[in-house]
Amino acid sequence: MTTATTTNTQRENPRLDEIIAAHQGREAPLMPILNDVQAEFGCVSEDTKRHIAEALNLTRAEVHGMVSFYHDYHETKATLPILKLCRAEACQSRGSEALAAKAEAMANGRAEIESVYCLGLCSVGPNAMIGGSVHARLDEPALEALIREL
Amino acid sequence: MRIAISDDALAIACGADKLAEAFAKAAPDAEIVRTSSWGMQWLEPLVDIDGMGFGPATPGDVAAILDGSSDKAIGKIEDHPFIAKQQRLTFARAGKTQPLSLEDYSETGGWAGLKKAHEIGPEATIEMVTESGLRGRGGAGFPAGIKWKTVAGAIADQKYIVCNADEGDSGTFADRMLMEGDPYCLIEGMAIAGHAVGATKGYIYLRSEYPHAVAKMDAAIKASAHLVSPFELEVRVGAGAYVCGEETSLLNSLEGKRGEVRAKPPLPALEGLFGKPTVVNNVLTLAAVPYVLAEGAKAYADYGMGRSRGTMPVQLAGNIKHGGLYEIAFGITLGELVEEIGGGTDSGRPVKAVQVGGPLGAYFPPSMFHLPFDYEAFTEADGLIGHGGIVVFDDTADMLNQAHFAMEFCAVESCGKCTPCRIGAVRGQETLERIRAGGRGAGAFEALPQMHNAKSAERSLEDEVVLLTDLCETMKFGSLCALGGFTPYPVMSALTHWPEDFGIRETEAAE
Ligand SMILES: Cc1cc2nc3c(=O)[nH]c(=O)nc-3n(C[C@H](O)[C@H](O)[C@H](O)COP(=O)(O)O)c2cc1C
Ligand code: SF4
Ligand code: FES
Repeated sequence: MTTATTTNTQRENPRLDEIIAAHQGREAPLMPILNDVQAEFGCVSEDTKRHIAEALNLTRAEVHGMVSFYHDYHETKATLPILKLCRAEACQSRGSEALAAKAEAMANGRAEIESVYCLGLCSVGPNAMIGGSVHARLDEPALEALIREL
Repeated sequence: MRIAISDDALAIACGADKLAEAFAKAAPDAEIVRTSSWGMQWLEPLVDIDGMGFGPATPGDVAAILDGSSDKAIGKIEDHPFIAKQQRLTFARAGKTQPLSLEDYSETGGWAGLKKAHEIGPEATIEMVTESGLRGRGGAGFPAGIKWKTVAGAIADQKYIVCNADEGDSGTFADRMLMEGDPYCLIEGMAIAGHAVGATKGYIYLRSEYPHAVAKMDAAIKASAHLVSPFELEVRVGAGAYVCGEETSLLNSLEGKRGEVRAKPPLPALEGLFGKPTVVNNVLTLAAVPYVLAEGAKAYADYGMGRSRGTMPVQLAGNIKHGGLYEIAFGITLGELVEEIGGGTDSGRPVKAVQVGGPLGAYFPPSMFHLPFDYEAFTEADGLIGHGGIVVFDDTADMLNQAHFAMEFCAVESCGKCTPCRIGAVRGQETLERIRAGGRGAGAFEALPQMHNAKSAERSLEDEVVLLTDLCETMKFGSLCALGGFTPYPVMSALTHWPEDFGIRETEAAE
């Protein structure tokens, strides 16, 4: 099974144990661990969930419940770089919806376009986020340039 | 020559880093510093050269700015009408100091509030906060002093101060600006709260969409640990759930659980984080406290109107010409904020609607611009000031679309605990879609002979509007928290003020 191979590599990855160890002594370590796992591996796989559950003495269901509740956690890793386009009201008022309608076509296999609801840059939208970097005052050419650089 | 450029995320998103690099290259002898933002966001990146401003600047403007020929000059920044007319108490340092400089912070009156709190003791500290009239800036407007008193009176081996930095409302960014621009101010406010209620541990629950704020707060906590000890602070980063801004959902999230809302009672003040007495306050609430302690309760309470005392860092956002942070005493009217200070729309078209208070706030037409910025006045007008965000829309906005988005957002972000919100938001979207279609024909299922009680005729637009109104009533009164409970505000305000966008003719609406 392909999932088995990917999850095994993730599980055997010493980084997973390092991440768990780094947070284990804290109050309520689960969320910081999941944040780091998502950031490092791009997803929280089934095997990882079980491994974390075991390490923290939780049930698999408790860990799975977290992964399915929060928008930031993904069960599978995206194959393309992710561009998060803000679609909340303040960006809507500045034209984010027209931009979003064209974004998919612009991305055209180069990037995955996700929606995000507010980046706190609400007077200079439409805005986008790529990893930890933020980009404001986007119009079609600016968005196209961003995608090209990915 | 001192060249200051903000390192606020908004300035960076508009190109501040590249601009700073260009200045470093062009003026190698100048002192280049990265400061907090003045909050004049339409001018970002704003360059501050010995007090004189230039913006919005690009690397291409650098030469002209340095030789004095730039047409981006705005004159002395402090005299700019957008700045000069504000009453900055919480944001007194905005634009002026380097966010992580402990030196800048103490030179500008930092730690005076904490010192005062230690001098006068916990009881007198709480008394001062109560007398200042400070109310929660996160949305509900609950008096901070009363909350603190409850926690102080609870007996427990451990208490917590939790700072709500989830700032999920569209159109708001004051928490972000404060954490990025003046992180020690929040730390001082939390340390005062800890001292007042007897809590030694504090958490800042910060949304994952704010990586710059996370980095600043982490660094500031480390650098100031010795100044607030034995009080200890830690940042916890969220994972993209709007509902986690609701305080009990936030506490569950902090405990490493799904962000489901808890029923109240028990109040978090008595049984909060890990079941211990907990103060949950918004960033702006806590950041207002150092001023109250240092300058006195009266100095703060002298600003404002009615039961809304002090200042509100208002956030001007959306399609607005002069967007940014505008801290001012309560009582200023919505019209002054949008038209005079904000300069109307950025697109130059007429203002159609403004949404105040985030995705759960009402939409207001210009005919209601006389409303004063005040908790009670907005409640009376079937709205809320929430976290103080104002989002402007021009006349191209379709209010049926906005109502639909409100329901959609509620459905996506619902924690799922209660039925009116979890199911109502989905049904609300469907009803609005049928309203857009002008009603609907008789359903095949309802037309079956055995469906005695179902309406078999087609449903008119009016029927659908009645259904929507009824659904909103149910959500408003039947939801456990304000996500489901307040989503009717944007929906019903859109329907009430712009019936024509719902296909309803004027005369019918007036009836
Ligand atoms: C759906 C929902 C989202 C909320 N989001 C926030 C938020 O992002 N920040 C915040 O401070 N309060 C938020 N609140 C309000 C909190 O529940 C709570 O009232 C507040 O944190 C208390 O602090 P304060 O008294 O200082 O305002 C939200 C409430 C609801 C119902
Ligand atoms: S109103 Fe919505 S978000 Fe609030 S408790 Fe109910 S289901 Fe959860
Ligand atoms: S609404 Fe897009 S950044 Fe706030």
